[in-house]
Amino acid sequence: MNFLLMTVLVAFRVLGRHRMRSALTMLGIIIGVGAVIAMVSIGEGAKAAVQAQIASFGTNVITVLPGATTVSGVRTGHGGMVTLTVADIEELKKIPAVTEVGWSRRDTMQIIHENKNWFTTVNGVTSGYLTIRGWSTVSGDFFTQTEMDSGAKVVLLGNTIVNNLFEPGEDPVGATIRIKNIPFKVVGALDAKGYDTRGADQDDVVFIPFTTAERKVMGTKFLGSIGAGFLSAESPEQMPQVVDEVKRILRQRHKLRPDKDDDFTVRNQLDIAKVQEGTSESMKLLLLAVASISLLVGGIGIMNILLVSVTERTREIGIRMAVGAKRRHILLQFLVEAVVLSAMGGLIGVGFGVGGAKAASNVAGWPTIISGDILLIAFGFSALVGVFFGLYPANKASRLNPIEALRYE
Amino acid sequence: MSLIVCRDLVKTYRLGEMDVHALRGVSLKIDAGGFVAVMGASGSGKSTLMNIVGCLDVPTGGTYSLEGTDVSTLGENRLAEIRNSKIGFVFQNFNLITRTTAMENVQLPLFYKGIPSREQKAMALRALERVGLADRQRHHPAQLSGGQQQRVAIARALVTNPSIILADEPTGNLDSQASREIMETLTQLNREGITIILVTHEADIAGYARRTIMMKDGVILSDRDAGGVAIARVVPLEARV
Repeated sequence: MNFLLMTVLVAFRVLGRHRMRSALTMLGIIIGVGAVIAMVSIGEGAKAAVQAQIASFGTNVITVLPGATTVSGVRTGHGGMVTLTVADIEELKKIPAVTEVGWSRRDTMQIIHENKNWFTTVNGVTSGYLTIRGWSTVSGDFFTQTEMDSGAKVVLLGNTIVNNLFEPGEDPVGATIRIKNIPFKVVGALDAKGYDTRGADQDDVVFIPFTTAERKVMGTKFLGSIGAGFLSAESPEQMPQVVDEVKRILRQRHKLRPDKDDDFTVRNQLDIAKVQEGTSESMKLLLLAVASISLLVGGIGIMNILLVSVTERTREIGIRMAVGAKRRHILLQFLVEAVVLSAMGGLIGVGFGVGGAKAASNVAGWPTIISGDILLIAFGFSALVGVFFGLYPANKASRLNPIEALRYE
Repeated sequence: MSLIVCRDLVKTYRLGEMDVHALRGVSLKIDAGGFVAVMGASGSGKSTLMNIVGCLDVPTGGTYSLEGTDVSTLGENRLAEIRNSKIGFVFQNFNLITRTTAMENVQLPLFYKGIPSREQKAMALRALERVGLADRQRHHPAQLSGGQQQRVAIARALVTNPSIILADEPTGNLDSQASREIMETLTQLNREGITIILVTHEADIAGYARRTIMMKDGVILSDRDAGGVAIARVVPLEARV
């Protein structure tokens, strides 16, 4: 123990003697470790941000859209046909793995509060929709069942709406806004969700009860047609199975012959998440490659400088052997020097990496997550690089013949 | 019992296609407390003999026992331990580690012996006192004169309280004043009981010793005490060729 401690002290002194050389040798490790930590932190931050976006859509959500159809050779796009109804969605609730269903109809309209107005999406929704999509209020409350059933003129405002129609700090609950010149009472202000995966502002929306939208605001060709249906599954694992079941039930209800295309579209939130996972997987591999290459280059630098050092200090090695150093003492001495170099490089690299990540979030405004694990792993690897690349020069030093080493000029 | 007993030491190096016979059968005994000079021209085998006696090398043939232990068959680690505890080296070019203090140089053998740091310092200081350099303990070799450097080397050699000090041309790089001081220091240490084996090719330096061994072509030519009386069997060169 005493010996190891002394060896470490000696190593620090030897390296301190050649400050410039040591610093340049460490540079490879510093850059490698620093780059990896900065990139991982930025990558993790971006990943977390995307995951939060995906989660902001709700958890385990399956979306059912009325399908595109072909009318006289002209394909209409999603929602071209009013093929999806409240009854369809209520039927889907009978699937055991489905915990909640909801539906919505949306349109874009001008809304007015006092002397301010805003053009936005008005979404007629059920309480199931609000639950599935994970909305919550910052003030006020969701619609009551009575309001839902009776088609009451009540509205929930998204964060962007509150910011644009009301003064800062003003509580919109209780105020009256007009949608299509119909006065609506604000019953709640919603918590902000931010942007979705496609970059659209999810808070630029107002919600009114579905019945109100259908009967009083948007009008309808026939009651019960919906713009989109939403289901939440019990677990992510059950989602593919639920999707199949939804397709089967809807085809049956819509009496589609096997040769006909679906007249609806089912979207699985997991698919979006999977694409994201794939991206972060390849990002990870890329990082690993960058890290390995830079640590390899740094390690070779350490090996190189140690070989020079062994040659320069041949006589010192001879002296040490003459006064009683065993081969393992010499081996350890040079190995410790390698590890001190690489570990110090690693430590400085960790500092630069953390600094770089902080700079990225402060200057460029990127979200970053610095995990203690990655710092430890990066530092540990840099120390290991020292052991690995120090072994060859250290072994070479320990194999010197003391008589020849003493004569070395 | 003799401190050093060598019997028919043979050392052969292989240099490319040629065998170089550095030692061709050397037998000698040195008793504890002796002061022996080994002389000879370069290539006479005196350095090879010193390397073997100093446990830096092992003979190809013959036996060497130190304090009754046959060391010619020991492994590297055991030899390192013997060098560490029983032998002190003094070299022609001092062989101090540059850019470390006199104190640290003297501590070096104790470090490898595993002596606690505090004790190392006390022992090293005592050794430096014995060579009269206690006031130079913080100086680096470059800040010391040749004679002072050699005295630091002597302090390093005697810090572990060895049985033998092997001095290989200890005055070769020194002026006559410093040479005399070094030889007086060695003589003093010998009086205090340490066996000294001195390798030199200068007759006046060898004059400090109480016994002189002459070597030539890998054999002992003569082995006489200060009065010129033959001490041991002298192997005639012709008998070996």
